[in-house]
Amino acid sequence: MTSVTSAPVPARVVLSQADIDRALTRIAHEILEANKGSQDLVLLGIPRRGYPLALRLAEKIAAADSTVDAAAIVGQLDVTMFRDDLSHQGTRPPYPTKLPRTGIDNKVVVLIDDVLYSGRTIRAALDALIDLGRPRIVRLAVLIDRGHRELPIRADHVGKNLPTSSAEKVRVRLAETDTAPGGSPVNEVVIEGRS
Amino acid sequence: MKHLLSTENLSLANAIRILDTAEEMAAVGDREVKKLPALRGRTVVNLFFEDSTRTRISFEAAAKRLSADVINFAARGSSVSKGESLKDTAQTLSAMGADAVVIRHWASGAPHRLAATDWIDAAVINAGDGTHEHPTQALLDAFTMRRHWARLAGTGSEGADLKGMRVAIAGDVLHSRVARSNVWLLRTLGAEVTLVAPPTLLPIGVEKWPCKISYNMDETLEQGVDAVMMLRVQGERMNASFFPSTREYSRRWGFDDNRLKALDTLGMKDTIIMHPGPMNRGLEISAAAADSPRSTVLAQVRNGVSVRMAALYLLLSGDTREPAATPALAYAGTHSTKESN
Repeated sequence: MTSVTSAPVPARVVLSQADIDRALTRIAHEILEANKGSQDLVLLGIPRRGYPLALRLAEKIAAADSTVDAAAIVGQLDVTMFRDDLSHQGTRPPYPTKLPRTGIDNKVVVLIDDVLYSGRTIRAALDALIDLGRPRIVRLAVLIDRGHRELPIRADHVGKNLPTSSAEKVRVRLAETDTAPGGSPVNEVVIEGRS
Repeated sequence: MKHLLSTENLSLANAIRILDTAEEMAAVGDREVKKLPALRGRTVVNLFFEDSTRTRISFEAAAKRLSADVINFAARGSSVSKGESLKDTAQTLSAMGADAVVIRHWASGAPHRLAATDWIDAAVINAGDGTHEHPTQALLDAFTMRRHWARLAGTGSEGADLKGMRVAIAGDVLHSRVARSNVWLLRTLGAEVTLVAPPTLLPIGVEKWPCKISYNMDETLEQGVDAVMMLRVQGERMNASFFPSTREYSRRWGFDDNRLKALDTLGMKDTIIMHPGPMNRGLEISAAAADSPRSTVLAQVRNGVSVRMAALYLLLSGDTREPAATPALAYAGTHSTKESN
């Protein structure tokens, strides 16, 4: 956790609730299109905010394809134990890993996270995934791609490409995980720090 | 948290944190690959000055599941039998680069000594010291009780405590570090503890402990309990006559077939019977009780690995701050934690 920059800079909203909703709707259709339907689809959200996003995406996929049961294709994949910065950061308590009943063997697994930055979380997620089974294909969907990759990883589905400086912070606030400070609206993506 | 030495000083937040982490660790046991890379390249030394099978194996399994390297050190067959002091042993281990020392010692306070001095710069986990404490055993007992308590309440055990649970700890309290650790931890978690033992097997000063005392097993059962924990009669520490005969002990203080039936007639269908092991079947617990569906003995062994994984992970993954200052709890969901992505 880096401390906030010295001079307080007003946070700029880059995605509103409606923007997030539209982006997720588009990603849901992209996932169906890339997969040529809902066959073998499994959505795994990465805690914390990837999981509620995965749930929302599953709802949208179920709305587009009536054969899909939203609850049966969503899972949560905790990557805490697989991170490469465990000995540099404060202790992180692990979150539960919950897989759909069908498992992930020979499935098309779409990893879902809120912000793609260095790519290290996704590397950890790939390691975690391999210990759980052998998916046929692994894809990646993120709400925000803010650049600054440190590993050869790219997203297949992106809600919004957001050019940032590494001094800035991208904060995703979702109704499921975040209580807004001072009663300001949740379900938004804001950018903080100097621009 | 740098060391895990006792449950007496363990805060509620830290206790819940260990139990919650253990809950996630338990899931690893059900996976295809029962291993996590979290402690890769770390060295855990099992330093056992006293015989132990299940605790040592449990710690070894826990460390290995987290990919740590494990060195087993038993006092027997080592330089300790040639008269090496604890200090020299510790400094030797330190020179070998141990990141954590799991210590069992016949002297109460040995782990504290190791943690308080600069002999070794490693996390110290108390795996039982004399007749003092055995914190990981208490944590695994609490973990087992919490799962049971949450299942009865129909809720998840994550984040839960043991408020309102009535626990009877019966038997050789005098020699039991398990009883001590359990009394402190269960008090912290909000359970009501009753110690049931013959007066000769209760330590001096027990009336100041945060629990009730009873000398009558049947009365305690009649008043209602949610968990009965039978303690092992520690024959090897019995240097005086604490009770007339094993038969009399078994009849008055043991959990025999009649008391097992009594649980049914008293209508306590959800009461569990616990035992830290190893059991003296026929002495403090009858075979029927040990093998009944109420018995959690094997679940306790299974949970032991998860709890010890949690302790090793939380001590070794590099945080020395109290939980209030850690990101996960302090953030409580108001900010994104994406800087480290």
